[in-house]
Amino acid sequence: MGLITTLETAALVEVEEGTKILSPNIIVTSMDKLINWGRRSSLWPMTFGLACCAIEMMATYASHNDLDRMGIIPRGSPRQSDFMFIAGTVTKKMSQIVRRVYDQMPEPRYVISVGSCADSGGIFNTYSTVQGCDSFLPVDVYIPGCPPRPEAFIDGIIKLQEKIKAEQFHWSRWR
Amino acid sequence: MEALLIAEKLRERFPEEVLDIKEFRGQISVTVNKDKILNIFRYLHDDPDLFFDYLVDVCGADYLGKKEKRFEVVYHLYSIKHRHALRVKAEVAADKPSIDSVVGIWAGANWHEREAYDMYGIVFNGHPDLRRILLPEDWEGYPLRKDYPVKGPEKEWPGFLDVLDKAKKYREFEWHG
Amino acid sequence: MSAEEYKAGDQNLTERTEPEENTFETTELTISMGPQHPATHGVLRLVLDLDGENVVKCTPYVGYLHRGVEKLGENRTYFAALPLTDRLDYISSMNNNVGYVNAVEKLFGIEAPERAKFIRTIVAEMGRISSHIIWLGTHVLDIGATTPFLHAMAQRERILDLFEMLCGARLTVSYPRVGGVRNDISQEFLDALYEFVLEFPSNMDNYETLVTENRIWKDRTVGIGVISAEEAVNWGLTGGTLRGSGVDYDIRKYAPYDAYDKIEFDVPVGKAGDCYDRYMVRVGELRQANRIIKQCIEKLPAGPVMAEAPKLTLPPKDMILKDMEHLIHQFILITKGPSIAEGEVYVATEVPKGELGFYFVSDGTGKPYRMRVRAPSFVHASVLPRLCKGALIADVIANIGTIDIVLGECDR
Repeated sequence: MGLITTLETAALVEVEEGTKILSPNIIVTSMDKLINWGRRSSLWPMTFGLACCAIEMMATYASHNDLDRMGIIPRGSPRQSDFMFIAGTVTKKMSQIVRRVYDQMPEPRYVISVGSCADSGGIFNTYSTVQGCDSFLPVDVYIPGCPPRPEAFIDGIIKLQEKIKAEQFHWSRWR
Repeated sequence: MEALLIAEKLRERFPEEVLDIKEFRGQISVTVNKDKILNIFRYLHDDPDLFFDYLVDVCGADYLGKKEKRFEVVYHLYSIKHRHALRVKAEVAADKPSIDSVVGIWAGANWHEREAYDMYGIVFNGHPDLRRILLPEDWEGYPLRKDYPVKGPEKEWPGFLDVLDKAKKYREFEWHG
Repeated sequence: MSAEEYKAGDQNLTERTEPEENTFETTELTISMGPQHPATHGVLRLVLDLDGENVVKCTPYVGYLHRGVEKLGENRTYFAALPLTDRLDYISSMNNNVGYVNAVEKLFGIEAPERAKFIRTIVAEMGRISSHIIWLGTHVLDIGATTPFLHAMAQRERILDLFEMLCGARLTVSYPRVGGVRNDISQEFLDALYEFVLEFPSNMDNYETLVTENRIWKDRTVGIGVISAEEAVNWGLTGGTLRGSGVDYDIRKYAPYDAYDKIEFDVPVGKAGDCYDRYMVRVGELRQANRIIKQCIEKLPAGPVMAEAPKLTLPPKDMILKDMEHLIHQFILITKGPSIAEGEVYVATEVPKGELGFYFVSDGTGKPYRMRVRAPSFVHASVLPRLCKGALIADVIANIGTIDIVLGECDR
């Protein structure tokens, strides 16, 4: 959804499906679209690192790749966050904590499973490791890699943004 | 001091206790009787010529079907002052495995012994806080024993089953996207 | 009851005396810090018994990242267990690999060629820089300074780019091999590394300008988490955590491996044994690591990078595709593992965190009968109750940062 301020004609211009520009600074669109635009442009993740992938996650947040430019600011509390990276190996002992942190997050909430260990257990097919965090969490986006590169993280976030963009009827139901 | 000389010195001091001295790739391991292990370590720690002030590592080992006594507790010692190292091994029988704790001599042994208890079920007598350390308190079995399967036993840990139950129960409250 | 009274009392601080009359009655507060906490460097959990701002008792709980590395290692061949060591201390995976291959080489009774030893020294010191830099950034960030973290991560990204140039992976490298290294280093890599090495001291000056003489930093670290030399040795501390207390124990000097005996470097040693001295030691180590890399590049000898031991080392990939003999060796080594003598070795190397030791028991087959990882972080985490006893709650963060732990290695 682009904001065009120098449109001279007062005609109805459709810039995107369902989004029309009436005149400068007047835009006609649906509530869903507006809210989804706002939501996907300021995703706040939960600061939660488990293992190796957390280091690449840090590298993605930090200066070189800089997630701030996408409106992503890590939050220390689950109550303030929109989504959570499961960055690393989830052990059975840790699964209780991960689930509790997820339960503390307010709706709508999303989960991105990062790396082979969180996706499927990876090379750690042992007595103490959970074989894929989707066994106890609803995962929205899987990022492969051991660990994934920062580019893969950004790709996963863009996938999540696309998913949020396509959501419909939630807000009309809640209104 | 040469590690072999240390081992010989130890044998002179405790002729009854030292069972075996082995050399492999220039490293000496001394196998000792577990009963007077505290006296041996107190001597190794305090003697000014030996002065093993730094306990590198304590770990268990399981020789199921290979040795007469099933378990072994392996101590790696180092002297920062004299720059010599020694490996001391104590054999522990399979039935109610237990050995004296060396936390009184080296404070660093604390967690190593807890880990050996966690992984092998070897009880360290006189340990100040002998609990499981890496695995949850109510975990069944000792994972590093040779008869423990890599992927764990059939019976799942109840704590994880709770999580799975919770996930199932809460699914209907999800705000489906 | 005030902090002084606690400190003046006996060592068992949990025993409380009854409050005198006409004073406020105080109660202890127990809080759980972690495993989800931004400042616990992963999944460490501390249960703190607090009396106001003072920590009466600190109980660490570890094991939230226990993945069974030792058990897995005992069920794999010596070659296949190498990638597991990447994921022990994932900040400096190169150093773990070097430690692992050194231990296996000792067990096999082979030695890497001279060039491979120099290359390993280079990459290990690069790993040390990347680990110390991330330590510096996060430790300072925990205490409240955001800027050094961003600078440090930018610098670290350059090292990771160099790793990528070398072997294709950024973090989990698996570059050293039993008997040498995977591939020779290119001139292009050496040039890029040399450029990095030349610029590094001025970058370090930048960080030090931000941190070393900073008033707040000094207030938060000087005199915090003091541990004496005798006590530190007794607890089994190693690495920068021990050297901050004034013990110059460094395995690179005490029992040199790889090319460290041919390189000149100093071991920075602190005096007071507090957080600030440990910081100074690690900053000194960063500069020394740079010096080691520079010397290694200048002295790098020519020659092969893999030992000539076809029954014990993996053959080069291009030969496998061309030659039947090599293909057979590869097949046997990967499926069955090498046949070696029965025995046991313990080999320790100096990784950024401290002493990383591998203890192998071989029963003659291709898989280790017992593989034990002596992880420095495990020992360092065990000293937390000692460091935090009687400290203020804000100092707990400083103490967690200063011992430099990584939970992947601590829990294995």
